[in-house]
Amino acid sequence: MRVIWLLCVLFMVSSQAAAQLTIEVTRGMDQPTRIAVVPFIWSSPGTAPHSLDQIVRDDLRRSGFFDTMEPRNMLSFPTPGPNINFRDWRITDTEYLLVGSVTLDASGYQVFFELYDVVTERLVLGRTVSGGPTNARDVAHRISDIVYENLTGIRGVFSTRILYVTDNRQGNEVSQYQLMLADQDGARERVVLTSPQPLMSPTWSPDGTQVAYVSFETGRAAIFRQNLATGVREQLTNFERINGAPAFSPDGTKLAMVLSKDGNPEIYVMDLLTKELTRITEHFAIDTEPNWTPDGRSLVFTSDRGGRPQIYRVDIDSRRVVRLTFRGDYNARPRLSTDGRFLVMVHQSEGVFHIAVQDMIDSTFLIVTETELDESPTIAPNGAMVMYATKWQNRSILAAVSLDAGIRYRLPAQTADVREPAWSPF
Amino acid sequence: MNLRSKLAILGAMALLISACQSTDTVDTSAETEMEAPVATSTPATTGPSPEEQARMAAEALARVVYFDFDQSVLKPETRSLLLQHAAYLRTVNTPIVLEGHADERGTREYNIALGERRAQAVADFLVLQGISASRIETVSYGEERPAVVGSNETAWSRNRRVEIRY
Repeated sequence: MRVIWLLCVLFMVSSQAAAQLTIEVTRGMDQPTRIAVVPFIWSSPGTAPHSLDQIVRDDLRRSGFFDTMEPRNMLSFPTPGPNINFRDWRITDTEYLLVGSVTLDASGYQVFFELYDVVTERLVLGRTVSGGPTNARDVAHRISDIVYENLTGIRGVFSTRILYVTDNRQGNEVSQYQLMLADQDGARERVVLTSPQPLMSPTWSPDGTQVAYVSFETGRAAIFRQNLATGVREQLTNFERINGAPAFSPDGTKLAMVLSKDGNPEIYVMDLLTKELTRITEHFAIDTEPNWTPDGRSLVFTSDRGGRPQIYRVDIDSRRVVRLTFRGDYNARPRLSTDGRFLVMVHQSEGVFHIAVQDMIDSTFLIVTETELDESPTIAPNGAMVMYATKWQNRSILAAVSLDAGIRYRLPAQTADVREPAWSPF
Repeated sequence: MNLRSKLAILGAMALLISACQSTDTVDTSAETEMEAPVATSTPATTGPSPEEQARMAAEALARVVYFDFDQSVLKPETRSLLLQHAAYLRTVNTPIVLEGHADERGTREYNIALGERRAQAVADFLVLQGISASRIETVSYGEERPAVVGSNETAWSRNRRVEIRY
């Protein structure tokens, strides 16, 4: 097998923001927890370059679990310590109160914050978080993660990131495709790769250091992997016909993929060290879109071996295949939650494509999106939200919904068409 | 001029004209609009060589064939067009690239597989017409390179296609 190491320089351009995503919450919980994030007190000379409390407020509000009070509606601005007048917060129906103080010196940010339960007037937690001088957003997201986990019992994903593909086509002119990386809230967007040929199916290694994707830059589809920190990339496949749908195994040592070199699309597993290929499926139908089960012993995948695309599971050792979906005549691109309980897919009903969630324990099936042409679902590492691509005002945009459909937000882009989100691991 | 290429040109012309005229079904509207006009410059007796004429006739053929939603079955008008391509391709030895495409509905990697299935259907037809399989490469772009941007049946019908390049 030919393995080509390439430096990314050829296709990298200066990281000008191409999409600039922003978040608009379209539906939150029916009874969100009311929290007041008081402006953090700035304890260093000069003025604060970043409003960390504003980032925390945005994080908590966008999660859908919280109703966050605007600073202009606050009756007082307490700081950490025994100076809180809880009456100011009870009369505004605030349930929780977050106060903090920030210092910034040559070594970076230090934030001390306290979370109070207004009803019981008790300190829930007090903690110090620090980070480098350029890491204001990381520090703020870490505070959000701590508060969120403490109040919901679910690990927060505010510090995670997303990959996505943008298509900068204007009218019918030639497209420019970009693989982008951003914080999960769309901030700090940067270009991973630019190509005049299509880029697709980006996916994360389980440790979050590498990505794999499909690029048509050689004139046909080829699978590449790329180190995000160094930019060094490696072409993993160069077969005729389809080279697609890469998916890292949970231990990161293997890559599942789709190759049609033997006549029609089949699922293979490549050992990333030896580059040895093992063929997993053998069927004349389309087999594609593999995704690993959390134990790494099976793959779920899309196949039209029953006449229409449905989702199946294949055991890697025994090659035994089991059909998993039976609702409707088009279920494709499966993604399993990290606990293996929820199977998220693209489901067509009456000509409309939605994202659906099937509970693998009690078999309940829930359509969680309301727009049309919804595709490419990716599950947050805490299993709380699904991000997906959809159409909105004639553009491709990203949107997210909770697995119970109770919380929704979208991330409209300023310019490009945005698609194929891939949510990072923790 | 050898008899075979003469027949090929005549056959190609006749089939092309009949293909253009058969616009009685709804589905062919997209095809006929996309087709290049029949060669307007009538070859004069002292004009291009027979090979040149054959090449020009082939260049005048439509290079795109269309498919129904989630289908890779060749339509009747596609078959007649491919017969004309095959007639020309038998006289030359150029490599052939078949680019399969899908509309935006459905998942992206499944559409890659669908685009390949369409390209393969065209390849199989050409091989049956005597074109060596070793000359043909299929590439599927799925829904990644739409011919027409838009979320409506007109755009979708133009995007479910195989582009024939030689």
